[in-house]
Amino acid sequence: MNRLGWRRWKSRVMVGLMMVAVVVAVAPLVMILATLVARGAGSLNLAFFTQIPVPAGETGGGVAHAIVGTLLIVGTAALLGLPIGIGAGIYCAEYPTARLAVVARFVADVMNGTPSIVVGVFAWTLIVDVQKHFSGLAGSAALAMLMVPMVLRTTEEMVRLVPHSLREAALALGYPRWRTSLSVVVRTCLPGIVTGSLLAIARIAGETAPLLFTALGSQFMSRDLDQPMAALPLTVFTYATGPYDDWHRIAWATALVLILVVLVLSLLARLATRQRFGSRG
Amino acid sequence: MSDQRSPAVEARGFSFSYGPRQALFDISFALDRRAVTAIIGPSGCGKSTFLRSINRMNDLIDGHRYGGDLLVEGKSVLGARLDLVSLRRRVGMVFQRPNPFPKSIFDNVAYGAKLNALASRQELPALVENSLKQAALWDEVKDRLDQPATGLSGGQQQRLCIARALGNSPDLLLMDEPCSALDPIATQRIEELLVELKERYSIVIVTHNMQQAARISDKTAFFDGGRLIEYGVTEQIFTAPAVERTEAYITGRFG
Repeated sequence: MNRLGWRRWKSRVMVGLMMVAVVVAVAPLVMILATLVARGAGSLNLAFFTQIPVPAGETGGGVAHAIVGTLLIVGTAALLGLPIGIGAGIYCAEYPTARLAVVARFVADVMNGTPSIVVGVFAWTLIVDVQKHFSGLAGSAALAMLMVPMVLRTTEEMVRLVPHSLREAALALGYPRWRTSLSVVVRTCLPGIVTGSLLAIARIAGETAPLLFTALGSQFMSRDLDQPMAALPLTVFTYATGPYDDWHRIAWATALVLILVVLVLSLLARLATRQRFGSRG
Repeated sequence: MSDQRSPAVEARGFSFSYGPRQALFDISFALDRRAVTAIIGPSGCGKSTFLRSINRMNDLIDGHRYGGDLLVEGKSVLGARLDLVSLRRRVGMVFQRPNPFPKSIFDNVAYGAKLNALASRQELPALVENSLKQAALWDEVKDRLDQPATGLSGGQQQRLCIARALGNSPDLLLMDEPCSALDPIATQRIEELLVELKERYSIVIVTHNMQQAARISDKTAFFDGGRLIEYGVTEQIFTAPAVERTEAYITGRFG
């Protein structure tokens, strides 16, 4: 075999190996989705989205309380966590060598690697144990704590991707540094920040452990963040570990709803990125 | 108003260093108003550093230190309490590579004027049109002002950057090798533009291209090793340089 043929053969082998890796990486995702649809789709109907659970043994009912709970808890967590995470991320990117930024970056990396149940226990000590009752707000606080380091790091990366020449252009036009940061640098990478935020929201929407000791879960519709509250992951956990077949079916269906919520968020993230970046040529 | 007789830019024993490195040594010369002054010299000679001192862009460098004095239209720009915003409004800058904001063509030109409140909302379109006309770009973009600036060609982008700088109605335009990323035709258009613009603005251009300096500048300064080696009327610098080093550089024996 001549040299060219040998190189072509090597190239084909390497491409083949990488394709195998891609298939192996994607396969679990496809299998999860397929299983959820197969086991859960049958239980989905209008009542599932609009009603609260019925007592064990009866058929019907839904998980409206958990859908509302997840929206409230995650929404509040985003309100708490996004401004802090994005603000800190911009600071770390714009003043990369400041002592505060170095510390924040290190803490964020450690926090990103911290198991979420640890954060849950911490939120329990900080809020639930002090207030002497579980609450949706404690759940939001725990989720916000998980969000901040994620958002901080993605924001920082996005801001750093903005070319230095754009900063110079704004400064040379007479923009003060803070306005350059906000109106040029952040505006330029806003799609990236939005994407990072949506992905972080999608991540925490599926978190179960931090909610176990904080929001606790509930069988009833609750819109009061000061009270225990249901959430989709908690509902999956409760029903999946329960003794009844009917409960297991609800758990599958709830899991499917949860995945769909996360999927929609991810798609929104994609859309946000594409629309804004499309104009960059 | 600043004194009409003082030079556009005047350096008096000016020096610049950052950290332990000194980049510019004891530079003294005065640049004419309403003229194009070219600064030439080999890579690393300090010509860009000098240019970026004039609008204090070098403040971005850690550990920067200025020495001597540097004046724009008779006023020192080195004071610690100097208002950088108003300095940079009066001194526009165009960079090596076109760097339009990822916004519409209109917004790019209106950017500085909006910040500095130079025009009301009603006056903005006229200001944008005027700036684009001065930058010889109006006819090419007048029908697509709302299109993203990043869709323009490199040469058009650079003229847009000139229009953006003009939108601030500066007294002085600094150009840091504005044609180094452009093809010959786009370069020629910018050069023609500069010759027109010097009727109204004082222009300092740093260039690697000696033919360019010879074509468009009224006076030329030759920098080497962080020092001003020779400064004079362009024609004299290129035909009968007084310093041997200048002649060596111009004839291509080094640099």
